[in-house]
Order: sequence, then C-alpha cells, then structure tokens
Amino acid sequence: MSKQNLNVTERIELIRNKNRPTVNDYIPLIFKNFMEFHGDRHYGDDHAIIGGIATIKDVAVTVIAQVKGRNIDENKRSNFSMPHPEGYRKALRLAKQAEKFHRPVICLVDTPGAFCGIEAEERGQGQAIAQNLMEFMMLKVPIISIVLGEGGSGGALALAVCDELAMLENAMYSVISPRGFASILWKDPSREMEAAGLMKITAEDLLGFGVCERIIPEPAGGAHNDSAVTAENISEYLCEALEKFKKVDVERLLSERYNKFRKIGMYDFMQEEQI
Amino acid sequence: MALEHLFKTVKERFNRDEKGESQAVSSKKHDIPDNLLFKCPRCRTSTYMEEFEKNRKICGICNYHSRLTWQERLLMTADRDSFFEFDSKMVSLNPIGFPDYEEKIAGLSNKCKTNEAVVTGECTILGYKVVVGVMDSYFMMASMGSVVGEKITRAFEYAAMRKLPVILFTASGGARMQEGIISLMQMAKTSGAIAKHNQAGQLYVTVLTDPTTGGVTASFASLGDIIIAEPKALIGFAGRRVIQDTIKQQLPDDFQSAESLQDNGFVDMIVNRKKLRKILSRILQMHGYIKEEGAL
Ligand SMILES: [Zn+2]
Repeated sequence: MSKQNLNVTERIELIRNKNRPTVNDYIPLIFKNFMEFHGDRHYGDDHAIIGGIATIKDVAVTVIAQVKGRNIDENKRSNFSMPHPEGYRKALRLAKQAEKFHRPVICLVDTPGAFCGIEAEERGQGQAIAQNLMEFMMLKVPIISIVLGEGGSGGALALAVCDELAMLENAMYSVISPRGFASILWKDPSREMEAAGLMKITAEDLLGFGVCERIIPEPAGGAHNDSAVTAENISEYLCEALEKFKKVDVERLLSERYNKFRKIGMYDFMQEEQI
Repeated sequence: MALEHLFKTVKERFNRDEKGESQAVSSKKHDIPDNLLFKCPRCRTSTYMEEFEKNRKICGICNYHSRLTWQERLLMTADRDSFFEFDSKMVSLNPIGFPDYEEKIAGLSNKCKTNEAVVTGECTILGYKVVVGVMDSYFMMASMGSVVGEKITRAFEYAAMRKLPVILFTASGGARMQEGIISLMQMAKTSGAIAKHNQAGQLYVTVLTDPTTGGVTASFASLGDIIIAEPKALIGFAGRRVIQDTIKQQLPDDFQSAESLQDNGFVDMIVNRKKLRKILSRILQMHGYIKEEGAL
C-alpha cells in the first residue's frame, strides 16, 4: 500500500465522494458486539453522534462517532453530521462512563462542524464543546481519535482531545472549512480551493505541526474503493495503539496528553529595541 | 511598557477638555462630526461622546456596555499602579504563511499598544491579588492564535502554582483563521490549563464582554467557576450571519444577548461595569482570598 500523494483538491473530492465509507460502514467491520447507547440524560438523543460499547480483539472499548449519512435519509437523521450540544454531552457522558469502567475511548471524527442554529445556541453549543475539551483533557483512560474524512473546527476538536490523533490518508482537519476561510478572509467563497491549498489541512501537514501522530493508509483511489481494506488498516492501527497505551500509567498518560497540546503554538519574543 | 503612562493617557481621554468640545457641539447643532457622537449599536440612539465616555462607555439610553480597549478595561478594574504585565514581548509567527500576516500584526501592535489580542498580568482589585487577562477586540477582533492561547495558558499555570484566582475579560471573534489549525489547538490548550488551575482548587471568574463568540466561547470563556456578563453583550458560538444563512430565517433581536444567555442558564450574573470591582472583590473575599498587606 503505497502513499498516493494526491493534492489537496483531489483529496477534498475524495472525502466528498458520496461512496466514501462512513462510521455506519466501519463500525461493524472494525468492532464486534457494538451496542449503541442513547441520549445525553439532559435533553435528548442527537443522531449526529452515536456512541456505545464494543470489543476489538476482545478488549472492551467505548466508541463515540460522528455520523455522515450515506444517503439523504441517513443525512436527514444525522443532520449531515453536524452535532447539537446534546450530541457533545452524550459523548461526554459515555466518556465518563468509560473512565468509571476503565475502558479506552475511541473517537471517530467526521464532521463539517458543530451545527449553527438557534436551538444549538440556546442549548449552549459553545459551553458543551468547552466542557468536552476540559473533561477529555483529564479523562483517566486512553483516548484515541481518528479523523475519517472531514475534521471541521471546534465541532471536531470536541472529540479530538486525545492521547493520539490518527488521520486517514486523505482526511483533512481544519480550523474552518476552506469555503468559510475564503468567504471570511477574502470575501470570496469561490476561492475555496485556493484556500484549501494555503490552509495546510492534509494529514501530512498536521503530522508536521504535531497535531496528528499517525497517518492510516487508504487503498488506491481512496477509502471507498475498498472499505474492508480501509477498515482493516484502521483496526490494525487501533490494536497497536491500544496495546501501547495499556502499559502507560494514568499519571504519565495525563501529563503526556497535556503536553501534546501544551506545546502547540508558534510564537517568539521581540527584542527590546523593537518595542 | 509603563502602565501609569497608559493610564494617564486614558484618563486624559476620559476627561478630555469637556468645555471646549461641548461648546463646539452646541454651536453647530445641525452638523455634529461623527467622532463627537456615539451611536449605540443596540438602540441606535446617538449620545454625545463625551457623556458616553464619562459614563464608562455605557449607553445612557439602553444600558449597552460598549467595547473597551485593554487600557480602558484595566483602568476601570485594577487598583492604581498595581498592574504588572506578563509576556508583553510575545509575538506570533506565521504558521501557514498567510500573506502579509506579520505586517498586519505589526500595524495593530502599533495602533493598540500591545503585541496581541490579549494582555495578561497580575494586579490587585480593591486589595485582592489576582491574575488578570483582558482581550481587546480592537486587535483583529481579539481572535485567538498562538499568542493568545499561550499567554492565557501561562497565566493559568502561573496562577495554579501561586494559588491565585484568575479573572478573564473575554471578547473575541473566534479562532485566528490566519494561523490555521494551530489556532484551533489553542482551544484545547487553554482548556487544559484551566483544568490544572481547577485541580489546584483556585477560583476562575470569566467576565463575558461584547462580543464573545466562536472558539473562545467554545473554550475558556465558558469554563469559569462563576460566569459574569456585561449588559447587552453579544455572546454565542456561531455568528449571527452564519446562522441566518444556515437556517434561512430571521433571528430575534435579543438572540445571543447576555440577558437571553442568563435566561437559558449559561450566565451566573449580569453586572454593571460601575459595580464590577466591588462585586469581584466580594467574590474573592468569599472564596477565602486575603487582601494584600497595606491595601486600602
Ligand atoms: Zn443604547
């Protein structure tokens, strides 16, 4: 399986391909005994994020996943994978449950972003995301996140405070969609692809920034050409990562997780005379 | 940077030759230059700038608490000469090579007299020592990039170590898109630092000011033990226009206002600027913090 080194435009086309596998394809291929648990215990059950318990190589894990639909009906149900606050609160509830029962947490990220709407605001979209960032930072079990396709902004980050972030080869992860970037900074959404080129959002870019630790290869032509092979690659990575983190004691796990994010930032100090 | 200087300039601006300007206004009632009037973005009423500034930039008609520069905020918050700035020389690099980013930062640094959109440091408030951070919306809409994230993280780490409370005045347009993914990561980094400060058992009070949005709302602004907001401040995750474009319907006028957030359960109290120092000091006292020796 060689790396294909597609350019960013080709990758965006791949992750927008309507046949690109989603968590509904991957979960049965990667895990056994997946049992879905519903609801945030505060407001409702958000179908943009599903979660539950499953086993992988006989290890019990908690799975939390953002749901892109494979067709219009699935997309209507999952709101095109744009979660509401109750989705993030369900994720947090399941993560805390995993902590209680010493299960590793596996987050599958695939979202254009958190939903922007009246009710999402009224129910505290910002607060829900913020709470996840803080709580996931302190969660006393290993957290492994994988970006499958689109990792859009704070809506993705809320499931990506983790010990290790992996990305599928053609996935992207960005502060805002390239279209949003072009629209806000250049007042011209049609410069989307130019923005994508500038923004440094590919798996290799993020590896370079220290945001992502691993790239999971996709079959030739992209994940949709063989979802079984893609799932096998994800599975292989997960087993290896779970094995690695199993041996790490909690204190070290938490301090390394803190430092993974603590060191990200590019700044300098001005000399006296420049002030 | 000598802060007394800044305070002096700000004070001068606050009290600027009242007679001279008001005479100018009254003699030419029909043609008042824009800079002598404050037009309130909430109630659309115009008042004399001089009156508005004397009223701590609060709209006398609708009580909208207008945006402040970092100097104005510190002047209103910190005890005189008590502020000591942290990391004043920290400047951003250009992680994605965004065209003309360094020039833009340099220009704003000159204009705003700070290298970045947040100023952090230590000060006393009615004698109580706190670590304080003030975001300045005049600096690139106080968006959060590497420096904002790093300064805030350092402030919390310092406060956790020294067992000090943190008071943050938030304002932000969100993540600093010009820094790409690095800016998004600052949300996680600052939230982690707050977790540490929290575990050290120290108090964190956020004061949400107009406007607090995006990645700042979705990280440290929403994580205070006590969340205070200023009257009529706009507070939200997504921008109004983005929501309107998404759902294709008009939004109510008070949508994302401090008052509606309080009604929805996301803000502890809405506090008038003129009472804030007192309220903060009372909160600090009730959390067991001790006044500095020699304080009034
Ligand atoms: Zn007004």
